[in-house]
Amino acid sequence: MYQYDQYDQTIVDERVAQFRDQVRRRLSDELSEEEFRPLRLQNGLYLQRHAYMLRVAIPYGNLRSTQLRMLGQIAREHDRNYGHFSTRTNIQYNWIKLEDTPDILAKLATVEMHAIQTSGNCIRNITADQFAGVAPDEIVDPRPYCEILRQWSTFHPEFAWLPRKFKIAVCGSREDRAAVLIHDIGIFLSKNPQGEVVARVLAGGGLGRTPIIGSVIREDLPWQHLLSYCEAVLRVYNRYGRRDNIYKARIKILVKALGAEKFAAEVEAEWAHLKDNATTITEQELARVAAFFVAPAYQKLPDTDTSYENHLLEEKAFARWVQRNVRPHKVAGYASVTLSLKPGISSPPGDATAEQMEAAADLADAYSFGEIRVSHEQNLILADVRKQDLHALWLRAKALNFATANIGLLTDIIACPGGDFCSLANAKSIPIAQGIQARFDNLDFVYDLGDLSLNISGCINSCGHHHVGNIGVLGVDKDGEEWYQVSLGGEQGNQAKLARVMGPSFKAEEMPDVVSKLIEIFVEQRVDGENFIDTYQRIGMAPFKERVYASRQPALA
Amino acid sequence: MPQIIKHRDIIQDDWIVVRAAEDGSLPAVDAIPAGRVLLPFSYWKAHSAALRAARPAAELGVWLEPDAEPAELVEDFAAISLIAVDFPVFRDGRGYSIARLLRDRYHWTGELRAIGDVLRDQLLYLSRCGFDAFAVRADKNIHDALKAFSEFTVLYQAAQDEPNPLFRRRAAAAAV
Repeated sequence: MYQYDQYDQTIVDERVAQFRDQVRRRLSDELSEEEFRPLRLQNGLYLQRHAYMLRVAIPYGNLRSTQLRMLGQIAREHDRNYGHFSTRTNIQYNWIKLEDTPDILAKLATVEMHAIQTSGNCIRNITADQFAGVAPDEIVDPRPYCEILRQWSTFHPEFAWLPRKFKIAVCGSREDRAAVLIHDIGIFLSKNPQGEVVARVLAGGGLGRTPIIGSVIREDLPWQHLLSYCEAVLRVYNRYGRRDNIYKARIKILVKALGAEKFAAEVEAEWAHLKDNATTITEQELARVAAFFVAPAYQKLPDTDTSYENHLLEEKAFARWVQRNVRPHKVAGYASVTLSLKPGISSPPGDATAEQMEAAADLADAYSFGEIRVSHEQNLILADVRKQDLHALWLRAKALNFATANIGLLTDIIACPGGDFCSLANAKSIPIAQGIQARFDNLDFVYDLGDLSLNISGCINSCGHHHVGNIGVLGVDKDGEEWYQVSLGGEQGNQAKLARVMGPSFKAEEMPDVVSKLIEIFVEQRVDGENFIDTYQRIGMAPFKERVYASRQPALA
Repeated sequence: MPQIIKHRDIIQDDWIVVRAAEDGSLPAVDAIPAGRVLLPFSYWKAHSAALRAARPAAELGVWLEPDAEPAELVEDFAAISLIAVDFPVFRDGRGYSIARLLRDRYHWTGELRAIGDVLRDQLLYLSRCGFDAFAVRADKNIHDALKAFSEFTVLYQAAQDEPNPLFRRRAAAAAV
């Protein structure tokens, strides 16, 4: 993992001092709330329903165990003993006092962490594949490029006051696990026939009120030009993106208005002036940063292990966990493990207690070279576990409520914090997730359903990625009441598709029944072990819609 | 006389900013106040011949709105001695790109001033983008605003104040 040098450390230390002074000036009224608001947002501090929410950056989802312990300590000392991992692979604390934030940031700085640009109309935390560096299908490890982008975007003087927020995702594998197609800039790294790293750059993807899949604006961009090319994209957006309407201010609206080709031409014209300037990445810098991401000291191991194989045969629950929560690793004898933060009704999706964070840090130290990743599906990953350790790890994970064998299944629900916390939300998310999880608490049944994504957003800002869920749930407000609109057919990944709304929305208490009916149709119509999305694409919306609305009381329609 | 920050010092400033009246009207050329005047770009475009004939470059400046195209001003650089960019609200970031273009692409070397909703917490980035003068909003403490420039001693990016990004400076430091 990347480690700060004295320069990186000085920057976060000076940020703490700067923010401490900004808070002081706010408390003494030297700064009005209107003036302070974007300053605190650019430090991840939102004013929510009950208290301030602080969003801490987890750059491209990578954490050291010491950092995760500090996140646990902050949850204990400054919050109500838990934190929420978000779909941008950050962590959010829900019960923060404004006066505490400078001290929290100072604590974070001691472990090379910060909350810089985790909100506001600026370049946000850069996200990547949670299996970067270990995935068998990886072509290029995205992490060094993400770190170089992180440094470039941190306090970029020209792009701190964009029309709207700006999110970048990077993927270097064949399968897109970073939701690249729904980002403001999406970068696919690969190699050209000469073996040089090149980028396919997409722009204008995003969810929200107007969900749009990103368009390719550049092929075969040599890696040296990633920063200057992004500067060209950002400059075009900064100058010409709409600022008159918050709902039309994302880059996707500009790309759509101009057309991807015209937008790409504008960027190309701008880039012609910037290409080869001092911002061009050097071999030396790439080598310096890449050295932090060299493979850890893997042992030479046989690809499998007798005791592991025996446990697989003897313990069905373990075998099932391996099936769902363990992935192949590029190194023989190793595997990557996902610790589920979706245990069902015992805890909201993506939440972890201070004790769980500390325990996950211990597991990382014991089994995975002291490193943890956060996925955009809101789970934690131990990327480098020896197969011979999987059973022991599973036993410990079970005791910690981390071993629900549901990764990629119906109950691995992506959900935003929703109306329980978020002041933007129209409706609650967590009780909907928990109602569905309670309905589908039979793991055998859920397991047999196979891959199925159910994503819940409490409002059209779409933090819960409902547009790209096989089943998407969106909280809407109707005359002050919370209703839920259900959509079907969304997908993330290389073939990302936007879901279609099924029909009129539902009350919260109807939602478990609605999902049950969707699942009934799927089970009835499923052929040859299809996944839900395959069945949906084969039979279309109509059978699902008929079943769901057929028995509905007219009064609710 | 009002004060501004210029080259990180507080100085007296005698430029008169000419803005349109509520009804959008602007004075005729011969009714523009005497002395150094900072004029809206649209006004300049409409009257530049008359203005040049009436006044030396030292008394003429042009201010740009955030949606202005700075390329359109390049041919007039010799006729003016000040360019300003207006920030109708401090959250409007277009002026930062305008500044970089004026400095980097069009090589304006004269004073580049931020006017309008100009506040302490934006000054560092503004200066990094090429502004060297700041008409801090009148109700704010201009001495306090000066502190903005010393909040950070390390900066990652190349910008107008720093020809090399940190990674090139790191490499240079390591080579010594």
